[in-house]
Amino acid sequence: MYSARDWREYPRRYRLEAGKCKKCGKILFPARLICPKCGAREFETEMLPDTGKVLTFTVIRTAPSQFTDIAPYAIAIAELTNGVKLTAQLVDCDVNTVKVGMEVRIEFRRVQTDAYSGILSYGYKFVPKWY
Amino acid sequence: MGKVGIVGYGCHLPRHRIKVEEIAKVWGADAPSYKKGLMLREKSVPPPDCDTITLSVEATKNALRRAGGINTAEIGAIYIGSESHPYAVKPSGATVAEAIGATPDIHCADFEFACKAGSEAMFVCLGLVKAGEIKYGLAIGGDTSQGAPGDALEYSAAAGAAAFIMGSENLIAESIDTYSFMTDTPDFWRREYEFYPQHAGRYTGEPAYFKHTCGAAEGMMKKVGMKPADFTYAVFHQPNGKFPMRAGKMLGFTQEQMEPGWLSPTLGNTYSGASPIGLTSTLDIAKPGDTILMVSYGSGSGSDGFVWKVTDRIDEVRDKAVRTRKLLDENLIYIDYGTYAKFRHKIKKNA
Repeated sequence: MYSARDWREYPRRYRLEAGKCKKCGKILFPARLICPKCGAREFETEMLPDTGKVLTFTVIRTAPSQFTDIAPYAIAIAELTNGVKLTAQLVDCDVNTVKVGMEVRIEFRRVQTDAYSGILSYGYKFVPKWY
Repeated sequence: MGKVGIVGYGCHLPRHRIKVEEIAKVWGADAPSYKKGLMLREKSVPPPDCDTITLSVEATKNALRRAGGINTAEIGAIYIGSESHPYAVKPSGATVAEAIGATPDIHCADFEFACKAGSEAMFVCLGLVKAGEIKYGLAIGGDTSQGAPGDALEYSAAAGAAAFIMGSENLIAESIDTYSFMTDTPDFWRREYEFYPQHAGRYTGEPAYFKHTCGAAEGMMKKVGMKPADFTYAVFHQPNGKFPMRAGKMLGFTQEQMEPGWLSPTLGNTYSGASPIGLTSTLDIAKPGDTILMVSYGSGSGSDGFVWKVTDRIDEVRDKAVRTRKLLDENLIYIDYGTYAKFRHKIKKNA
């Protein structure tokens, strides 16, 4: 992970900034240059809500090298309260308890570590919504 | 400049916990002795994807919820006090500021003063607001504390963060005054490139923690002309369960005054987060008009004293974010020592 590449992701990874089409209102995450629904090119920035429900998920037991410390872990697609579907790791829970329909909250977490001396990448993960 | 103080406050704690018995079992130590001696039962543990920056961001989000929709672009300073900043060179505050949309018109610095770094951030933010240099200042105390395997510190070194937005309007708690007390006292240190801190055993008590904590509390009370009975609550730095209770009682405070902010028996020592998190827990149950004495302690050594007066706005905002006791007591995930060792990178692996 190069630091410049990580830096380009900040708006969406740090602040969940989506693009809302000024013509048809479709919310796109990540933001795009052209609306796939109406073809418009003008967007306004909208922050995604921080809660949703799991639509589907899978459990990773044989993890890529940078994620072996947290295996097994779940990757979920959740539908947020505004209808946007988001994919992220689902952490702070036993993978055997993850269910479709389970309520989740988005938390700011370390998403990747470039070995022992490289850049630390931050972003969003799901956690069970318990309060 | 008129009144200054806290506009929003928030806390964040990891859900993972390890019990004193689980650590003592590995080192052949006597768990009941540690539990009684330190007045500790368990401590929080950060998972591998959680560090001072992530805890700070989540605590700040809770502070913003209670701050009533302030424009984050108007936060003119961010200071994070910690002794576990994830980078040796790269500011934690820059990432937190970016995550809440407070860049680029903002002053940022990471503070260090052992466990006092969080209250330093509060102290400086209050000063800048009072001077009229900034509209809002974000002060954070947070740590994912280190304790060497087998050392007494391992039973207490915990994780958590508290965030405070300081300002001059819509206050939750007014800052009545502040006072600092400091000497060069080498009771606890960590040299460059060392992973774990070292401490001077019993020397960390009387000439260090108690002298500075009580010195700051007495100096603070003298400065504002108040005595222990004049305060509704008192919060002290809590390296374990025993020290803050003893310091408070030496000063003349009652257990009832200290209990709302006395979290260390089940939280452990969150270092720079300790007394700031205790303050969040106290604000969670405070009523308008209550007065709170807060005294931090950082090895090396020094203490910052604060006197807060809670305003009517507390009733409007306390439940706009999760309460600290809820994070401390509910939905916990208990882990064994092996998992703890993996989470805290105590096992040497190939790169």
